[in-house]
Amino acid sequence: MPNTKTVVPFSATPEQMKALDAVIASHKGQPGATMPVLQEAQEIFGYLPEEVQLKVAEGLGLSLSEIYGVVSFYTQFSLNPKGKKQVAVCMGTACYVKGAGDILERIEKLIGCKAGSVTDDGMFSIDATRCIGACGLAPVILVDGDVYGNLVLDEVDGIIKKYMA
Amino acid sequence: MELVRSHILVCAGTGCHSSKSDDIIENLNKWIAEEKMDKEARVIKTGCFGICALGPIVVVYPEGAFYSRVKPSDAEEIVKEHIVKGRLVTRLLYDETKKAESISSINDTNFYKHQMRIALRNCGIINPEYIDEYIAFEGYSALARALTEQTPQEIIDILTKSGLRGRGGAGFPTGRKWQFAHDAPGDIKYVACNADEGDPGAFMDRSVLEGDPHSVVEAMILAGYAIGANQGYVYIRAEYPIAVERLRIAIKQAKEYGFLGDNIFGTGFQFDLEIRLGAGAFVCGEETALITSIEGNRGEPRPRPPFPAVKGLFGKPTLLNNVETYANIPWILQNGWEAFDKIGTEKSKGTKIFALGGKIVNTGLVEVPMGTTLRTVVEDIGGGCPGGKKFKAAQTGGPSGGCIPASHIDTPIDYESLAAIGSMMGSGGLIIMDEDNCMVDIARYFLDFTVEESCGKCTPCRIGTKRMCQLLDKIVEGHGTMEDISLLEDLCGHLAQNSLCALGQTAPNPVLSTLHYFRDEYEAHVREKRCPAGICKNLLTYSINDKCIGCTACVRVCPTGAISGKVKEKHVIDPAKCIKCNACMEKCKFSAIEKG
Repeated sequence: MPNTKTVVPFSATPEQMKALDAVIASHKGQPGATMPVLQEAQEIFGYLPEEVQLKVAEGLGLSLSEIYGVVSFYTQFSLNPKGKKQVAVCMGTACYVKGAGDILERIEKLIGCKAGSVTDDGMFSIDATRCIGACGLAPVILVDGDVYGNLVLDEVDGIIKKYMA
Repeated sequence: MELVRSHILVCAGTGCHSSKSDDIIENLNKWIAEEKMDKEARVIKTGCFGICALGPIVVVYPEGAFYSRVKPSDAEEIVKEHIVKGRLVTRLLYDETKKAESISSINDTNFYKHQMRIALRNCGIINPEYIDEYIAFEGYSALARALTEQTPQEIIDILTKSGLRGRGGAGFPTGRKWQFAHDAPGDIKYVACNADEGDPGAFMDRSVLEGDPHSVVEAMILAGYAIGANQGYVYIRAEYPIAVERLRIAIKQAKEYGFLGDNIFGTGFQFDLEIRLGAGAFVCGEETALITSIEGNRGEPRPRPPFPAVKGLFGKPTLLNNVETYANIPWILQNGWEAFDKIGTEKSKGTKIFALGGKIVNTGLVEVPMGTTLRTVVEDIGGGCPGGKKFKAAQTGGPSGGCIPASHIDTPIDYESLAAIGSMMGSGGLIIMDEDNCMVDIARYFLDFTVEESCGKCTPCRIGTKRMCQLLDKIVEGHGTMEDISLLEDLCGHLAQNSLCALGQTAPNPVLSTLHYFRDEYEAHVREKRCPAGICKNLLTYSINDKCIGCTACVRVCPTGAISGKVKEKHVIDPAKCIKCNACMEKCKFSAIEKG
């Protein structure tokens, strides 16, 4: 696990830990509880650091390796914190054939980090996502929850800079 | 429910929602209140209308005025003109429905007239968040009849005779699947729904769940009754928040109405539904992997047999169908197997939904009878490629499917015909490509996808996809040899034969079909180090032709200073400095820059 552990030290508020306890308690004994618990835990903390995984493992009576196995298997689970503002570039086929690759490249250059990572100041993270299903608007990006569709490469700079201010 | 004069239907599918249809609804309601028309008009939030390219869409009944590309600020005019004064807002009307003095029906437009809506029958018509509207369109009547008048075997027989086949892609006869699950011994059985729509470019299942979630809920209860299960699971992608929300609402309402829970319709039959969210793993669309995932594990497939119908979820007999398959079932039970059997071809009955995307004018969702030709879908419904470009190929079946070249455009769309030309029905993604798309690049894109999504359990898939992707990388970068192509073909055979599940078995299809139909493109990459479509960056060279007037626009935009020349004289590009970023080509107003 050391090679995937985040460099950002884990810190949690007592409220967050209490919320996690409640989630574990509400799913205890339910068949196949691991994924729902991890999904709700990620909603609480924004990601799933080792400390949280350990807590879930103990709570559900599973080993840490079983939990880590599940966390590392699914792309939705993140071992590292996301940026304050998240940029998602859809790389579904419809977007790809309409130039999503070039758009991603431009955004990486603008923001200064690669897809799947976060900037050093923790402000931005970029994800190259699977199809988000808005193929009618291809190519599509999501910035901080806002959807931008039918993009042309030249619009990218303006959009991203709005969020940098 | 009070009767009103006008109904304003606003699409709230993901596409239109992304273009702010929520704000349109809010503004419409605001202006209706302002104009004191709340006794006259009602705003209804619906599922997807299908023609996403024109979104956001607003339709006003009883006139049937079809307003396209509506902005939140247009709400005022729609209310003040159309609702208050009864005048059409002509500037917003969809062109094809505009007539001199009136409007023609949306059903007569090219996009809709070739379609037949069964699975999507209520999408864009009812409000998916109100169970009463579903019931008003005969919803839950099939369930009522089944539970009170029909035996489980009778229901299975109707499905078997209807000829319905699995819409998830493989096309297994649904009636037979239900029969297996019915016949499997065991007290505890499960019903599951595969809503883990992972194919990039496919959004049929999402649209059904967003537009008509009760049709899936009803079908799953029917399935529970037919096979003898009391618990169902819907495994749905977490990336579909609107669909998840509407399904939650639907399940809650069905419980309140007594369609879910104990003693349904007073018959003593008990059934419950639970939602399980996927977490972004393509392989979980494979049935055994999906089951493993619901159980809370890494979503790795298991060898079959035993099939899920015998030993599935938590080791019990499990019936697993796809969303679109379920959506067809209440219709079949209401209208009879004979009605369904009449639609489609000899072996492929009914209709199929396709998510039409890529280089096509009318992107969106279409449902056509099986056997409709690709030409009808691409040219008549889709309106062809934008910008007058030439249609090159259609990709069906996503990472498991293949490309259909323009020469096969008259192929009827059904399970057998598509398989015969090296593609597959797949779940319904239909991506259109024009002359500017490179087929080697597309094959590489899909392999890149399968490498990422291979679960790693079996060696042929884990290593095979990676090796294939590396070979394709080599070819698009201009280092490929003819031996690489034969090695690719060789690997395709190994993967198809030896992989554990369908993900690995079908991963070679994008390569095999492009190699079959576009071998010359592969060879151009290898022998001439040239990408005929002008996509593969390493193989491109940019040059300036005689149309250059020396405006220097390209010089200013070039990030590496690769372009030089005097003002008002023809410029030149230094290939050693050029990074092929295409900035100059985008900037040039005189088509003076060429790539090839």
